Amino acid sequence: MSELTLFLIRVAYLAILWIFVLSAISVIRSDMFGARVPEAARGTTEPRGRAAKRKGKNKPPAKRRGSPTHVIVTEGSNVGERAELDQAPILIGRGTDAAIRLDDDYVSTRHARIAASGDQWFVEDLGSTNGTYIGSVRITQPTTVTLGTQVRIGKTILELRK
Amino acid sequence: MAAGQQGAIMGFVHRRRRGAELFLLVLALAVGVGAYAAVGIGVEGEVPVDLLGYGGWLAGLVVAAHVVIRFVAPYADPVLLPVVAALNGLGLAVIHRLDLADGTTFARQQLTWMTLGVLLFVGTLVVLRDHRVLTRFTYTSGLAAIVLLLLPLVPGLGKTINGARIWIGVGPFSFQPGEVAKVLLVVAFAGYLVLHRDALALAGRRLLVVDLPRGRDLGPILAMWLISLGILVFQRDLGSSLLFFGLFLVMLYVATERPGWLVVGSTLFLGGALVAWRLFGHVRTRVDIWLDPFAYYGEGTSDQSYQLVESLFGMGWGGLLGRGFGEGSPDRIPYAESDFIVGAIGEELGLTGVIAVLLLYGLIVERALRAALISRDGFGKLVATGLASVFALQVFVVVGGVTRLIPLTGLTTPFLSYGGSSLVANWVIIALVLRISDLARRPAPSVGDTAGDADADAETTQVVRLS
Repeated sequence: MSELTLFLIRVAYLAILWIFVLSAISVIRSDMFGARVPEAARGTTEPRGRAAKRKGKNKPPAKRRGSPTHVIVTEGSNVGERAELDQAPILIGRGTDAAIRLDDDYVSTRHARIAASGDQWFVEDLGSTNGTYIGSVRITQPTTVTLGTQVRIGKTILELRK
Repeated sequence: MAAGQQGAIMGFVHRRRRGAELFLLVLALAVGVGAYAAVGIGVEGEVPVDLLGYGGWLAGLVVAAHVVIRFVAPYADPVLLPVVAALNGLGLAVIHRLDLADGTTFARQQLTWMTLGVLLFVGTLVVLRDHRVLTRFTYTSGLAAIVLLLLPLVPGLGKTINGARIWIGVGPFSFQPGEVAKVLLVVAFAGYLVLHRDALALAGRRLLVVDLPRGRDLGPILAMWLISLGILVFQRDLGSSLLFFGLFLVMLYVATERPGWLVVGSTLFLGGALVAWRLFGHVRTRVDIWLDPFAYYGEGTSDQSYQLVESLFGMGWGGLLGRGFGEGSPDRIPYAESDFIVGAIGEELGLTGVIAVLLLYGLIVERALRAALISRDGFGKLVATGLASVFALQVFVVVGGVTRLIPLTGLTTPFLSYGGSSLVANWVIIALVLRISDLARRPAPSVGDTAGDADADAETTQVVRLS
């Protein structure tokens, strides 16, 4: 085997190695920037009224006697603020896109949300800084809330009401 | 885990990218089989006769793993499997090259171990549909890790190879239980920390730079860790002790978000290293060799740094582009196929090859950390971070040792080195990371989501301090 052939093989192999490394990096790159925005999320750029659009996808449970109709702030700086449950899912936080917007320094921008599954209502923490509590327990996964369950977010307490 | 980041991530769904994975796998096979062919041409002057059989076997294993991922983890990260396949293929070729020089059959055994590794990889993915199941086995896996670490000390079962009693012999096979214990400890630490991280971070007294947690919060995990560390020090396994220490520190830091732990840990490490240097002769020898390898090389000296210096010569001779497969003499380095495989690669593929290999390791760590970032549950985050740090630390310790950046401690280079237990354990680690990333990238099954503008809500949230 001549010196030149060996040299060419050597360089060719290093080239293959680097082509592999670079393609792996380019896949990572396209993975970062090329993620597809789902149809449901695309309609949310306008600030309000998106709840109506969502209705078809996440139908809140059919109204029955005794089922909660709205969620209301019972304690904290925004006492009395409420949101109707038929606009579910309801986002709670300090951000402008929240259905219940709280002026509470201990609340994250998108703190928690209340949503329906079957005929039950769930509260789910969205990775908030200070957590969402039911009673004195910090929740780590979507947790059922019923009429009158006190959900504590920062210094605010919310409840489901009829 | 800021709220804004969560919102940004929930705005889109990840694509499956299985096609991209298949494309990368073809390239990875080209890396593995190409290296095998190049070794044949370089050493024996002809393309190896069993190239088709070998390539077919490798392709079969890799494609089987890919098909299983398609079915049981369709959203898993597309880069991890190809990177691992390329590293494993390259490792096999380099071991085969050393076999040709030394007349050994390590590559054949390594291929058997790789087959077993892929089988366990597939098994892990099929059996473990949700990694959160592992939280049930927090204490069980901690106990199992300690038992595994103790096994080599059992008379009749344990084997002492090269001064370290870290092996068990079962029939003709020898196995390093520490490699499996590594994975079990990550699961145990993560399961414990995810439950107790609030108590660890917030309850307790403040001492200098760090909030010391209460004994009942830290106790169990500290005991688990001290026992395993003690066993390793007793077995004179320096590399693994370093690995476990770093792993514990990283996971504690990530779980509590208290940088003080890093300061305390580094101080402890420096103190411990100093004590070890004063007390143990073998530690002092390692440090002396690191500081001045040439004083312990050649005739008239103890020749203790022969391995390190030969590897340095090899890498120096390799230079930028390397000698090419078959043109160097990596067989001069003792144990080139296990601890010093980076030296062998540096000699025959040069700096260009070594940088590519290090980048591949970097990609594995990056992908594991990415899975941790986007994972929706705390346990998955901690396990993925722990496994990523195991990888990063292991590569740093062994490559740093071989290149004389830090004193040499024996550890295997993941996926490259000859060593069955390490290879099998690493395939299981990759399976776990893939499972976590699959669950993390899968579109949220929950009800609706909340994407929206980020810049309008830039105010920061205050943190509740309970103390």
